[in-house]
Amino acid sequence: MAGPEITAPPYRVIPIVPALQPEAMAHSKPFVANEKINEAIGFPGKLAENWQETHDAIIAKMGELLKKYRSLKVYLDACVHCGACSDKCHYFIGTQDPKNMPVARQDLLRSVYRRYFTLPGKVAPALVGARDLTPEVLDEWYSYFNQCSECRRCSVFCPYGIDTAEITMAARELLDSVGYGQKYSNEIIGKVHRIGNNLGLPGPALEDTLQGLEEDVKEDTGVDVRFPVDVEGAEVLLITPSADFFAEPHIDSLIGYAKVFHAAGISWTLSTKASEAGNFGMFIGNYDQLRKIALRVREAALELGVKRIVVGECGHAWRVAYSFWNTLTGIGAGANDPFAVQLQKQLDHRYKQPTHICELTWDLIGQGALQFDKSKNDKYVITFHDSCNVARGSRMGDFMGGQFEIPRNIIRTVASHYVEMDEATIREKTFCCGGGGGLLTDDLLELRVKGALPRMEALKSVVDSDKVNFMATICAICKAQFTKVLPYYGFNRSMVGGVHQLVSNAIILGEK
Amino acid sequence: MSLLFAALYYFATLVLLGGLAYRIRGYARTPAPLLIPTTPAPTTQTGVVLRMAREVMLFESLFKSNLWIWGLGVMFHAGLALVTLRHLRYFTEPVWGWVALVQPFGTYAGFLMLAGLAGLWGRRLLVERIRYISTPSDHLMLILLIAIAASGLMMRFVTHTDVVGVKSFFLGLLAFNFQPLPDDGVLYVHLGLVAALLIVFPFSKLLHAPGVFFSPSRNQVDNPREARHIAPWAAEMEK
Repeated sequence: MAGPEITAPPYRVIPIVPALQPEAMAHSKPFVANEKINEAIGFPGKLAENWQETHDAIIAKMGELLKKYRSLKVYLDACVHCGACSDKCHYFIGTQDPKNMPVARQDLLRSVYRRYFTLPGKVAPALVGARDLTPEVLDEWYSYFNQCSECRRCSVFCPYGIDTAEITMAARELLDSVGYGQKYSNEIIGKVHRIGNNLGLPGPALEDTLQGLEEDVKEDTGVDVRFPVDVEGAEVLLITPSADFFAEPHIDSLIGYAKVFHAAGISWTLSTKASEAGNFGMFIGNYDQLRKIALRVREAALELGVKRIVVGECGHAWRVAYSFWNTLTGIGAGANDPFAVQLQKQLDHRYKQPTHICELTWDLIGQGALQFDKSKNDKYVITFHDSCNVARGSRMGDFMGGQFEIPRNIIRTVASHYVEMDEATIREKTFCCGGGGGLLTDDLLELRVKGALPRMEALKSVVDSDKVNFMATICAICKAQFTKVLPYYGFNRSMVGGVHQLVSNAIILGEK
Repeated sequence: MSLLFAALYYFATLVLLGGLAYRIRGYARTPAPLLIPTTPAPTTQTGVVLRMAREVMLFESLFKSNLWIWGLGVMFHAGLALVTLRHLRYFTEPVWGWVALVQPFGTYAGFLMLAGLAGLWGRRLLVERIRYISTPSDHLMLILLIAIAASGLMMRFVTHTDVVGVKSFFLGLLAFNFQPLPDDGVLYVHLGLVAALLIVFPFSKLLHAPGVFFSPSRNQVDNPREARHIAPWAAEMEK
């Protein structure tokens, strides 16, 4: 990366709301997707030469989205500019750019909505903050709607539940619809369709990697823990983020899942066709892509004849799986198209479909099916970072808030030293890691470093007070983001890891 | 003048009801294709009703956010609610028993309302980030409400208007049997501003009132694995 060296913002002495620094991040823009990338997933290759054409296309598309999404329609109307959300975004706290306040970010789009779709905006634009759509406005959208990680923290505090993630998704959909998409997300979506996963790891390479893992685990433990791929008739199909196959520390959690399956005697398999839990269709707010990417999972499940679908540690993937898969593909109950019906007959409905790996492990612990040697984790003082999409966009277990308790319960079962971070930064109020929502790319590194500030402050506090040396999390993006930004804040990058990494350390394999 | 106000109030009522009906129909008919409740969310319909009730009556989310905005917001909205209920006495004959009960609270609630509004405006002017997000219409809306509250309190505590006359005017409007409106400048200002408020309601941020009930992040049940949720336009893709 050329350009000035990136440094972490200083910790706030008192964590009060920072003073505004207008336009502080106006220069931040991810690389624009090229024609090849855009066309591969059905978007126009690039912006039209003629501005009027782009202008009209965006306004028409906005009209269409307003008819398709109640969230967008209600949220654009309902905001009263009360300011409840204004100090809640990690990117605002880290950058002090006022356009990173959720309400101001929404207003970038709302101002155009008012101008073209509301009476006051048509007759008295200046009065209600309405403005024409111009090339400058479009560039501003590109910059600031790529400074939102769709983490939904603002929606917790809004008296009308306005979710900036919905606005960001709509804005990105508008940008994509005229060929002004973001390279990172769109390229990845292309790879999922072409190769089967976000990282572009082809089937044979995956098989190789997994075989290597089997050997490593054998060497480590002396036990033959399997990492099966494309095994027809397995009970469980595991859908996990592809980073789990080779990135550090992700891979240690994959080993953890495999050990859990092994210890519980559950037959399982990965799929080369759906070797990816991530679904970047959500990040760009495109229902078609969201659905197409999700359908790979249904196809893989049907081909392999599995009874259960289990999802690995991945934040937005779990949101998509838990909240959207049933809608998109009929995994869950109630769909009536032939493929979904076939899948419903095949799946074992004594289990939740889909199941999170933490739900599976916690259930097994409850049944006494797993044994642990807690002392293996004694070197760690552990804290847990709630991943935003799991915390505010999904659930685990049978009760409200299971997504908070189940991972914590697992940690307490497999380790002895556990500490919570500041109440205002965990559970539903958790801060995004700073790299979610399609922003985990090096061309946005400055934003990622700054956006991590609130989480780093909370971490620093428990490091100082309780000597915390391990932050567990259940999201591939959180793991990758923290591994990258922890050193900017003076922490060791190996401090972050998965919940199943801790499970892996402590689980007792072999005969009980 | 009486005729002018009669016409104004018929017009304002039509715009308010017609405009709101149009908006609400729009919200109701627009599908919500994905389940997006902000979790942790209730897993039953009853739970959602309770969540919405807490949101609308107690401003639960705002309470989590910021005690200043919450306190001032509650002062204003509670004051407005009491004042509005008290005003029912000008539209009903005989006055309903519970409206009579509200009366003593309603008169002083005007001060509560005014204090809340002044505080909210103060925030808007003094807090840097709130000033940054404010548009001229945000200030005007507060000025309008402050002027309504102030002119109302003026008539109640300073210049006393002919409330019997006002009541017969409004009962007359309801029965399409026109009665004269008392000749009183402060009253004209008060009624003119209230009519303006009714007229701008369906075109402004006052839509937050019906909007909150349609907010998917608050009104959806968290049960995606148990029941399939699909919008009509999305169901088309299955064919």
